[in-house]
Amino acid sequence: MEKGYIPSKEDFTLLQRQDLYTDTNFASQSYWKSVAMHFFKNRRAVIGLVIILLIILFAAIGPSMNEFGYRDIVQYRNENNKRVVAKGIAPQIPALHKLFTGEELEGNFSQYTFLFGTDDLGRDLWTRTWYGARVSLLIAFVTIIIDMIIGMSYGLVSGYFGGLTDNVMQRFVEIANSVPRLVIVSVLAIFMPKGMGLVIVALLLTEWIGMSKIARAEMLKIKEQEYVLASRTLGAGHGHIIFRQILPNTIGPIITQVMFSIPTAIFTEAFLSFVGVGIALPQCSVGTLIEDGFNNITTLPYQILPPIIVLALLMLGFNFIGDGLREALAPKLEDM
Amino acid sequence: MSENKTILNIRDLDISFKTNAGTVHAIRGVNLDLQKGETVAIVGESGSGKSVTMKAAMGLLDANATVNRGEILYTYTDEKGQETTVDLLKLPKKQLRQHYNGQRIAMVFQDPMTSLDPTMTIGKQIMEGMFLHKNMSKEAAKARALELLQLVGITDAEKRFKNYPHQLSGGMRQRVVIAIALSADPDILICDEPTTALDVTIQARILELIMDIQENMKLSVIYITHDLGVVAKVADYVNVMYAGKIVEVGNVNEIFFEPKHPYTWGLLSAMPDLETEDDRLYSIPGSPPNLLHEPKGDAFAARNQFALAIDEKAEPPLFQVSPTHWAATWLLHPDAPKVEIPPELQARLERARKEAEKYL
Amino acid sequence: MSQTNKNLQEPLLEVSNLIQHFRVSRSFTVKAVNGVSFNIYPGETYGLVGESGSGKTTIGRSVIRLYQPTSGSVRFQGREIAGKLDGETREVLRKDMQMIFQDPMASLNPRKKVEDIIGEGLMIHGLAKDRKERQQLVGDMLKKVGLSPEHAARYPHQFSGGQRQRVGIARALIMNPKLIIADECISALDVSIQAQVVNLMKDIQEETHCAYLFIAHDLSMVKYISDRIGVLHLGYMVEAGTKEEIFSNPVHPYTKSLLSAIPHPNPEVERHRTAVAYDYASSGIDYAAGTKHSVGGSHVVLGTDEEIRTWTA
Repeated sequence: MEKGYIPSKEDFTLLQRQDLYTDTNFASQSYWKSVAMHFFKNRRAVIGLVIILLIILFAAIGPSMNEFGYRDIVQYRNENNKRVVAKGIAPQIPALHKLFTGEELEGNFSQYTFLFGTDDLGRDLWTRTWYGARVSLLIAFVTIIIDMIIGMSYGLVSGYFGGLTDNVMQRFVEIANSVPRLVIVSVLAIFMPKGMGLVIVALLLTEWIGMSKIARAEMLKIKEQEYVLASRTLGAGHGHIIFRQILPNTIGPIITQVMFSIPTAIFTEAFLSFVGVGIALPQCSVGTLIEDGFNNITTLPYQILPPIIVLALLMLGFNFIGDGLREALAPKLEDM
Repeated sequence: MSENKTILNIRDLDISFKTNAGTVHAIRGVNLDLQKGETVAIVGESGSGKSVTMKAAMGLLDANATVNRGEILYTYTDEKGQETTVDLLKLPKKQLRQHYNGQRIAMVFQDPMTSLDPTMTIGKQIMEGMFLHKNMSKEAAKARALELLQLVGITDAEKRFKNYPHQLSGGMRQRVVIAIALSADPDILICDEPTTALDVTIQARILELIMDIQENMKLSVIYITHDLGVVAKVADYVNVMYAGKIVEVGNVNEIFFEPKHPYTWGLLSAMPDLETEDDRLYSIPGSPPNLLHEPKGDAFAARNQFALAIDEKAEPPLFQVSPTHWAATWLLHPDAPKVEIPPELQARLERARKEAEKYL
Repeated sequence: MSQTNKNLQEPLLEVSNLIQHFRVSRSFTVKAVNGVSFNIYPGETYGLVGESGSGKTTIGRSVIRLYQPTSGSVRFQGREIAGKLDGETREVLRKDMQMIFQDPMASLNPRKKVEDIIGEGLMIHGLAKDRKERQQLVGDMLKKVGLSPEHAARYPHQFSGGQRQRVGIARALIMNPKLIIADECISALDVSIQAQVVNLMKDIQEETHCAYLFIAHDLSMVKYISDRIGVLHLGYMVEAGTKEEIFSNPVHPYTKSLLSAIPHPNPEVERHRTAVAYDYASSGIDYAAGTKHSVGGSHVVLGTDEEIRTWTA
């Protein structure tokens, strides 16, 4: 407020303006920027994001951080030419051991650093854990992306056309949804060899349903909006309207659903591998590692810890991100 | 005859909102008086701040609002019969809600569909206020509720008592909302665009209803609206708001027949007149300013074809035109050049005055 | 715009006995429009006025074929468009008839830039050689509606309501339509912005000679912009004529009540004005039983012979 301004005589002249007619006011924040701001203010969401990023980082570079491959058995031949295998070694870090006790580490493999220990066959668990995480993540991402495409398209089309089409398509969804996952897997196991293929197909067959429900719900909300009507009056075809006008407005909830589906996929894979229908040896995934570790859970408990913790962190992390995204995308009052 | 006692006094209210994009200085020094028995209208367009001003009085501001300065003084007679004055801004929200909202100051909102609870019968909703504020027994509350329904013009009150909101038309729902507002015998009724969502044939009836009730119950009413037709019908005093400030205030005849602020001229000219054969409606160019970036000087200057050089440097104070009429425009400064009301508006005001003479 | 001489011109739009019913459930049908007929001539503005539930928005949407009419005929530029549309008719319809919508918040796709919103029609019908030409056309259109070309890269939420309506107008206008249906396109705007938009529409009409079907509930604005007016109530057109005929000599009791309800920005007049009351349920009138009667010039009223006699006595 300009209190105390002393006006001069010249101030009282008319500003003859010609340019009053062009509108120049506008608010300045882009939508995704404000979503990002909201997301990053949420502490849990950021923690989730950090966890996931760290795990991805280690999955990428972890296996190469030491000299072991995931299937390398650490062994040597001793003076009697017998094979000595580094099996069942608890986590050991020689340098730290020396630091804390002042003594050298004892044992046949005392020169190696096994951060997570070794398994029953003598393989380094650090390498296997991160390799397993890599496999799990890959399976999860691939299937979820495909599911997103299939499920989203199915839901959008079903919701858009409504009427009989929608009825038929939704009945099909209900039937598909009512078949338990285990039954699907069992049936698949008859036709397919067990392995990554089986897991991926099983996931593909089940995860798309959740996606399609979200997409359909969003479509029903949006399809009577005036901007969709405007596209229709401009002569847009159905495909154009569904995929180029409406889809961008449904991305938010779909991405959120993706964030929640990934842990499900990882867990499903883990479960299937655990019951023996999943990944074939010597490939490992988080699930097979848990299975391996389970056998020794009372004697060598360290073997099951790393994969279980990684699994738990993955699921927590994606859930946090999903929650944070859902909140950040929730409709708020727009500009003032 | 009104008793000329000021019961609501807003002094130098200044409010800002914190948003993701920055701080919006929404209310920039508002002064407003309401006297007992009178009807005051706050006229403004979107973003002028008219709703925010009254929400401040009711303690309904959003969480991201900060009251930078100012007071809202409410004078009333308490239970002991004593006349007291409180600053509503200084009271804790809980106290406001328990003792003032609904009981002494009631609000009627724009959209009757969202003001009513769709899962409760309307009878129950009217009685709810009475249970909360007056501790009435169920029979007494029901009797009073039926009385109120009839007062607001709902003829088959017994039947409607058990209806749900979706079973009533828009006009009826608004009547129910008014009944609820009156259920606790308030002193002040604040109506925020009460007729905007209603058909034009119902609008006049709702306004007449409020005017009748006002006379019978000695209410004082504040209308918040952008519709000058509503203002012309109900208001005694008019405050014109723009960009968070009151730019002109006066009694209703002064504002409609002798407006002094270019924004008021713009508002009056922008309504199509049934009589003129004008080819073009005069319209105020541009849009209201974005209060994220508070303009220097007069906020209206950018859209004002009568802007002076000083409008870009300093905000005009309120200049007095008559004991009841003030306008915040440098055009009223003694050194300002003589600027006449645009001829089309001048002609329209002439016609309006002549028509008015038939009734005076 | 002066009244066009109807005898010399073919109507641009002929709506005959349009009926639009919506089947909500097995037992309940919403009878939104019940046999409405009117014509619009090139270059004129036809005002369709009514309150909520009158069917005016439904008529607009049926004419532009967002709905398929239950029965009746809609002829646009001589082609029947009420039934199944063949490819060519659809092409003509989607280019030469456009709509401006009511809600500035919902009529623009929040995820699209303004240039994509305005240019959508050009893209769909291949009316621009390449992206550059499209951007050029969009920029020109933005200037024409009073916005600046640099607004093209922004998103709808960055604009005010009035500005968004201008974008909606630009979107319709860039197709060079012969008929624009304005569905309550100013109702959601502030009074001073309404005046801006209405002035813009008049300018556009002068320049392009397009016709408007102006749907609104604000009678004073309708009188200001229209040449001829149709009054709707409960899905029936109860009265129609030129604006002079309707405003100086309203015949149907509903029209009279509507006119008497118009507020005047004049305090003394307004305080003394009493609106004429009209309640269909208790009036004894049955719209379905009425027929169109001419009461002079192009002025027509819906009613039985007896009713017309009473009202014009």
